[in-house]
Parts: sequence; structure tokens; C-alpha cells
Amino acid sequence: MGFLDTLLGRTKPVQPKLDDLFALPSAAITLEAGAGFKPTGSGSVCFRPVEGRSFADVQKDVTELLNVSSGQEGGLPIEVTKDNYGFTWLVSSRMSDQLDALVTDLHAVNTALVDNGFGPQLLCTLVAFRDDEERRLAHVYLFKRGTFYPFAPTTGEHRDNALELQVKGVVGDDLKFEPDLGRWFPVWGAPGM
Amino acid sequence: MAARTRYAPDRGLTARMTATMFLLGLVFVAFIAAIIGIGAASHASDAVIVLFAVFLGGGAAIGSLFYSDKIALRTAGAKEVTPQQAPELHGIVDRLCALADMPKPRVAIANTDMPNAFATGRNADKAVLCVTTGLLRRLNPDELEGVISHEMSHVAHKDVQVMTIASFLAIMAAVLIRIAFYSELFGGRGRGRGNQNVFVVMAAIMLVSIVVYAISFLLIRLLSRYRELAADRSGALLTGQPSALKSALVKVSGEIARIPSKDLRAAEPLNAFFFAPALSLQGASLSRIFSTHPPLERRLEELDKVQRQLGGAS
Repeated sequence: MGFLDTLLGRTKPVQPKLDDLFALPSAAITLEAGAGFKPTGSGSVCFRPVEGRSFADVQKDVTELLNVSSGQEGGLPIEVTKDNYGFTWLVSSRMSDQLDALVTDLHAVNTALVDNGFGPQLLCTLVAFRDDEERRLAHVYLFKRGTFYPFAPTTGEHRDNALELQVKGVVGDDLKFEPDLGRWFPVWGAPGM
Repeated sequence: MAARTRYAPDRGLTARMTATMFLLGLVFVAFIAAIIGIGAASHASDAVIVLFAVFLGGGAAIGSLFYSDKIALRTAGAKEVTPQQAPELHGIVDRLCALADMPKPRVAIANTDMPNAFATGRNADKAVLCVTTGLLRRLNPDELEGVISHEMSHVAHKDVQVMTIASFLAIMAAVLIRIAFYSELFGGRGRGRGNQNVFVVMAAIMLVSIVVYAISFLLIRLLSRYRELAADRSGALLTGQPSALKSALVKVSGEIARIPSKDLRAAEPLNAFFFAPALSLQGASLSRIFSTHPPLERRLEELDKVQRQLGGAS
């Protein structure tokens, strides 16, 4: 936020960075080779809905758009859920080897929201992975920072921090990781994990 | 373009805030000019007194800025909480910080039934956010999110720094009043030949300082009210839920009105930091220009504007 904006108390809402998401498919290859995690085919977009008719209409249009495109390719319909914090998650499920198509889907959702002026409401995007030992891992993409961070929940509300840092080491060159560990916030109960 | 119209700043509010800060600056310049004028018309060594006041005032202002977080926390009796101790609260803060691209402040809870919240600290990295148990008890998650969003807007707008600089003038004037008053009382200097002259100079300094103090006090309160409206607005735009913030405002103000005056008076020193001022509703008429916060109706009206803006067609 510029000096003048701060001085005058005008917050400029932060616009999301959308394109870094496309680094995921190639990073997934490195991840599988280096740590044995494979994509589950599930990915989601999380945003804070805005009250009022305008946003509700946009959300409906976006969901329909996605359903049409995934329906054409024999995919599952988009799931819309709300979490305890009032954030909405749009979950897309694809076959596990269609990571490119999944990322394109997610990017389409993000772009649709931005084009309708609701870019600042976007929180994060999540792509789920799993290894042979059934350990869960998600790559969370922070829109406002344009960075990723790994999230490895275990049982209850615990995280496997060691695994997260290990993953960062393996994929650190392919993906832009969030340097500030304080921003790696937990997304407990994220749908699609 | 759609993005611009929905999140557009409130030009009227910006203009009023700019005008207030400009007036404060003008008063500051006039004050310095008056002191220099008085000093030039009399003894040169009076300038030392003025300089002393400037340094003392500046030191007090900078000190209060640097320790604002510790002082505010201790006064409120707040204790910092970890994510394990307060997971839902931390969850709300995490998400708001990610939406606003802000570093996460420390989170504290004050054990008092009066519902309120404040954020303090000299910059975004050293910020602390505090909510009371009374607030947590009364508000639902959306309303709580609205309040926290308002407080974090204060941090983003650097309100602690801005208000400290603005009040520097008032502090300096206050110090000068004291010095002039006491030097007249004890009148040690310039006995005999120059006595008359010193008396007049000190009286002039005191008069100017009193006028400056009064004007800057009112301007600072006015600025504080505008900053509160700006924080309301930014907070509502961040969450996209202006009604939740309205609902929180009504609940908190209503609850405060029910609290016995004795407890409210104890909370008054921290009013500038609070989400809603700890004032009883009796005798509200004159106190409007002295208030650190705009009246409830005004805040609700401004949030209505945000609601229309967000709901408007793209």
C-alpha cells in the first residue's frame, strides 16, 4: 500500500496473482520422484463470499461454467461447500493423472472471479496429494503472495511439520515457496483432502 | 472497470481527513512562528525553554509510540494466546492476514466482560491484536471477523503512528503551558531589571500554548473519528460482509450502554484504541466533538454505503 494511501487510511484491496499456479504440474513430477507423493486429482479454490445479489450471481455463473467444461470431459460436478469461517470452497475432482486439466479448471475459476471484480476475495487454492503410506499432503497457493506452502495434516488437528519442510526441500526449486513460515496457516478440514 | 468501482475509496472521507491533517500542520507552523516571534521580541535565552519543551514533547511522543503495545496490553490486563489455546480466533486472524497480505499480529485476550477489541503496536510487524472475553462471548463468528478486520485496518493504516504524530503538537503545547506556568509561579529569573519583560513573555507563551492546545485537541479528535470511519470501511471491504460489522457495532454499543458508569470511567483512558468508545449515553450532546469515535448512526450509514458499493452490478 502506498504511503499516501496509508496516510489517508485508504486500503487498496490486494489483487491476486493467478499464473504461478501453472508451475504445479512440473513440480508434481519432482515431488513424486523425490518424496513419493502423487496427486489425488482433487483441487479446490477458497474465497470469502461477498454479501449481496451481485456476488451470488457471479458464483452461480462460475460454478455452471465449470460444470459444463468438466461434464464435457466426463468429470465429476463441482462441489460447493462452506467452512466454519464462512469461506466458500469450490472443489473440482478429476482423474488423478489429469493434473494439467485440474490446474486449468482452477485457473478458470480464479479468472472468472477476477474478471467480475471479486479478485480481492480469493484466499487460496489447494491441490491434494497422497503417498503410498496414505499420508496426506496439500500444496496451498496463496493468491495475494503468489507463493506456495505445503500442508500435511495428520490425525485431529496436528501437522507433520517435518514432512512439510522436507517437501519444501524437494520441490523448492520448482515452486515459489512462501519464505515467511508465519504465513503457512493451517487449513483444517479443507474439502477434497 | 468492475474492480475499481466496487472497492473504490470514499472520496469525501479522504478529503475531510486530508483537510484535518492539513489544519493540524498549519496550527503547528503557526505555533512555531508565534513562539519564535515572542522569543525574538524579548530575551534570546527563552528559546532554550522552547527547545526543551520540543525535546520533552518529542521524547514523550516517541516513547509512547515505542511502548504503545506493552502499555495497552498491561492496562487492559491482556494475555497473549497461542493457536492451540484459541484456535478459532487464530484461524480468523490467519485468513484475514492472508486476504489482506499482512503479517500476522500477536493475538491476546483480555479477561473482562466488557465487549471490545483493540490493535496496537508501532508498525505491522510489532502489532498486537486484543479481544476481550466479553466480546468473544457475545458475537457470532462473522461479527467477530468484522471487528478483527476493523482493528487490522487500523494496523494497516498505521493509525498508532499517525495519531502519535498528530498529538505531538498537543503534547508540546501542554509542556510549554506547564513550564510557562511554573516559571511565573516561582519567578526566579530576571529579578529586578528585566522582571516585567520576563513576565510578559511567559504570559504570551502560556496564552499561545493554551490556544494551540485547545485547537489541536479538537482537530486530533476529529481526525480520530475519520480514522475510525476509514477502518470501518476497509474492514467491511476486506471481509465483504458489511452487515456483520454493522451487527457487531450495534451489539457492542448496546452492551456498553448497559454497563454501570463507574466501570466505564475506568476504561476511558484507552478509548482511542477501542473498537467502540467506552462512554455512557447520558450527556452525549456536547461530548460529540470530544469523542474519539463517530456516533453509531454515522458509522452504520457509512457501512450502508459500502454495502451498496459491493452489491452493485459489475
